Amino acid sequence: MKTAVKKAVWRIAFALLIAAIAVFALAPVYWAVVTSLETGSDLFTVDYLPRGPVWSNYVAVFERQAFGRNILNSVLVAGGTVALSMAVALIAAYALSRIEFRGRLLLLFTVLSVSMFPQVAILSGLFELIATLGLYNSLPGLGLSYMIFTLPFMVWVLVAFMRELPREIEEAAIADGAGPWTIVTRIFLPLMMPAMATSGLLAFIIAWNEFLFALTFTLTNEARTVPVAIALITGASPYELPWGRIMAASVIVTAPVVLLALLFQRRIVAGLTAGAVRG
Amino acid sequence: MVTVAPYRATRALAARRRRTAWLFLLPMLAILAVVAGWPLFRTASFAFTDAFLPELDSARWVGFENFAFALKDPGWWRAVLNTFVFTALSVSLELVLGLVIALALNRRFRGRGPLRAIVLIPWAVPTVVSAQMWRWMYNDIYGVVNDLLLRLGLIDGPVAWLAGGETAMAAIVITDVWKATPFVALLLLAGLQTVPAQLYEAARVDGVGPVRTFLHITLPLLRPAIAVALIFRTLDALRVFDLVYVMTSNAWATATMSVYARQQLVDFQDVGYGSAISMLVFVVVGVVSVAYVAGLRPGFAVRQR
Repeated sequence: MKTAVKKAVWRIAFALLIAAIAVFALAPVYWAVVTSLETGSDLFTVDYLPRGPVWSNYVAVFERQAFGRNILNSVLVAGGTVALSMAVALIAAYALSRIEFRGRLLLLFTVLSVSMFPQVAILSGLFELIATLGLYNSLPGLGLSYMIFTLPFMVWVLVAFMRELPREIEEAAIADGAGPWTIVTRIFLPLMMPAMATSGLLAFIIAWNEFLFALTFTLTNEARTVPVAIALITGASPYELPWGRIMAASVIVTAPVVLLALLFQRRIVAGLTAGAVRG
Repeated sequence: MVTVAPYRATRALAARRRRTAWLFLLPMLAILAVVAGWPLFRTASFAFTDAFLPELDSARWVGFENFAFALKDPGWWRAVLNTFVFTALSVSLELVLGLVIALALNRRFRGRGPLRAIVLIPWAVPTVVSAQMWRWMYNDIYGVVNDLLLRLGLIDGPVAWLAGGETAMAAIVITDVWKATPFVALLLLAGLQTVPAQLYEAARVDGVGPVRTFLHITLPLLRPAIAVALIFRTLDALRVFDLVYVMTSNAWATATMSVYARQQLVDFQDVGYGSAISMLVFVVVGVVSVAYVAGLRPGFAVRQR
């Protein structure tokens, strides 16, 4: 009898804990959605359900500012950076994980430390570089600066995955006289596809979310990426922020990322723990 | 003769593979030299000059003047304090909450799959977006936080959370905890799943209670995962920029080291002093990482899958 009561109490407590975790994780997102569906004076009363949802904020995001352009910018910069990082990281990871040579550990360590760089530590030097190359306020300039975190991150994750593959898979190819390029593209590339997809997705999310460089190296709304656009949305006066519009923009850019994260849940967790990256 | 030929062949092969290695590393090294090495060197050089934007060329060498100024700059010291307060609070909360969530997710119960997915959502929300979302919830007049607390009778009147020094820091910490705890939880969950089930079985057979099982089996085996989570979260927290900048801009009470450095560099266009601050941030983060790695010896032992 006593154990039965104890068990029931324990089960209820556990259920409450689960509910609390779910509410804590979801409430802010729910609130953003509710806000994005309200306009005018409805915004200034706290309604826990949207009253008569209206879509005008979603329309205004694209009509009143260059938000479509901002999304395109983000896709181009993040996509371009990730594609280049992938190619460079794949061959670098092959060298670092499959070939014994002096200085390998030092290089791995360097790669890891670059990925832990405080971004602000290179801000002025990078600004000078980008300005000198004439890339200030441009997408290639941003893409260049993003290589500093996407590349070390992808190298690190791909090395972690490649190290796990057995020796034998190369040995036969080496015995047949296949060159390293053939080995990488014909043997490792197909095997690494899942790891490439995972690390590519994670790097894309990191680049998509980046704020400091995007804020510092762009000037006009046409060159801005999504996070900067959302941070700098202003209304008619600086004291009146258009919260409905801000939340609509937030929902628009968050939805695809959340969708991707949920679809590739298991992969992402594997990639995160392999690379143990920043969130 | 028969044995020497293959030996030579392997040696030649090994040498060829080493050359290949460097060839394959060349693109990465070139890119990192351009985007990381050179800018770091230039920032370090600027730190010893009086460079100002937009006339970077007219910079004069001033030695350690910028660093000497920083040592007496209350703004910089306040930023250091803010950063360390933020880091200590957010990282410890994230570890404790992350551990609780990981332990919960490690149990079998109905709805575990959906909960795992739900927990991942804050991680996927872009930092700037989470900052804006919480900023709106903290709004003094129309915010949902005040509304809830008023309804529950926990506060007498609306509070301007982001305007006060301490409440603003607390508000930012809570936002960071919301955003980063999933990462910690998933990392710790991966660690928990490596603990062999037989160990728990044996403990139960021996009549060891849940608390002692946790303290003597789970925690020690989870140590590597905790170390990795601690290192990555701390380094992230020490260089935090976007969350603080979006929620409270350059406000004195909450500005972190990265925010302060950028303010000098961009808002005041003081490239010399800003670069010196940047280098100080670099040194602080570097010292903390070395101390951590030396003290915790994480070995990056967390296994995936």
